[in-house]
Amino acid sequence: MNIDMNNLNSTLIDVLKELGNIGSGNATTSLAKLINKKVDMEVPQVKILDFKDVSEALGNAEKTVIGIYFEMEGDIVGNIMFILDQSSARNLVDILMNREGDEKDLSDMDISALSEIGNILAASYINSLSTLTGLNIKISIPSVAIDMAGAIISVPAVQFGIMGDKVLFIETEFQEDNKQVHGDLFLIPEIESFEKILNSLGVI
Amino acid sequence: METVKVGMADLAAVKAPGVLTTLGLGSCVGIVLYDKSTKVAGLAHIMLPSSKEIKNNSNKAKFADTAVEVLIKEMIKLGANKKKLWAKLAGGAQMFSFNSSNNILKIGERNVIASKEKLSKLNIPIIAEDTGGNFGRTIEIDAESGSLLVKTIGHGNNII
Repeated sequence: MNIDMNNLNSTLIDVLKELGNIGSGNATTSLAKLINKKVDMEVPQVKILDFKDVSEALGNAEKTVIGIYFEMEGDIVGNIMFILDQSSARNLVDILMNREGDEKDLSDMDISALSEIGNILAASYINSLSTLTGLNIKISIPSVAIDMAGAIISVPAVQFGIMGDKVLFIETEFQEDNKQVHGDLFLIPEIESFEKILNSLGVI
Repeated sequence: METVKVGMADLAAVKAPGVLTTLGLGSCVGIVLYDKSTKVAGLAHIMLPSSKEIKNNSNKAKFADTAVEVLIKEMIKLGANKKKLWAKLAGGAQMFSFNSSNNILKIGERNVIASKEKLSKLNIPIIAEDTGGNFGRTIEIDAESGSLLVKTIGHGNNII
């Protein structure tokens, strides 16, 4: 069966939501273990947008954000990317380093900590996807970019662009005490891999 | 002054005193066309080099090889003279780097090459470009002067 990314039916969207739920749940647990604190997670939102609306969806296309990007390989080929806004990134590092926040720019050490957090979140996300589907999925080392939201988002958007005219992303919010961490996760399997995932779940 | 925002895989044309902008170009390329004699400017925000490699290619603004012709038509509607057009290019960055052969990460470079090929076929000269690198760009074309403002985070602003 061929999947039409422009017309995903509601069952498929529900399945993707559920995958997001389980993946983010796993990621939350890993984060809680890492910082040894209770972390709450909001129910992830699955958003399907037209390209022209994508960069505004993160608030502002020119806003500085941090993108942590991985390649997926194994039974599934594609990419996975976390996008955090600056205050979320700072909060996350502050939580991890157990320090009070300041308004300084992120240091190299902070960025390296962030890429490690991204690594743990992505790996636990992928592990749950792997367990659910029975497919073997591995992720590469992370690559980090700090730049305009529009430019960072264009990377997953272009990959979706090969499959259709819509972009699909999962929005997750973590919270520890009063420090909010808001993250957007893009899971971008290549179209055959996307079909493989849905197939293994018995959806198509 | 009217500022028209052009989204990803989108295009638009304006006549002076209009301004066209597209925010946060990453690996995408902003193709700017301008006719000085009639002060008509056009901007296409393309995502992929070729519509021929892809089944799902109904949105012509998405591809370097199909967007330019549509953009020219829009500009002619506003009175532009096709023979007098010149072009400026911006974008085509590689935002993330990996030591792999992943073709998709080099899409920026391929977008720039495809845009140049298309413009050369149509005999439209490229008079300036700000492309490549590993950073995003916001661009703004002023239909009054034809000058193109390129804004970045950490790499300064540039008028080309």
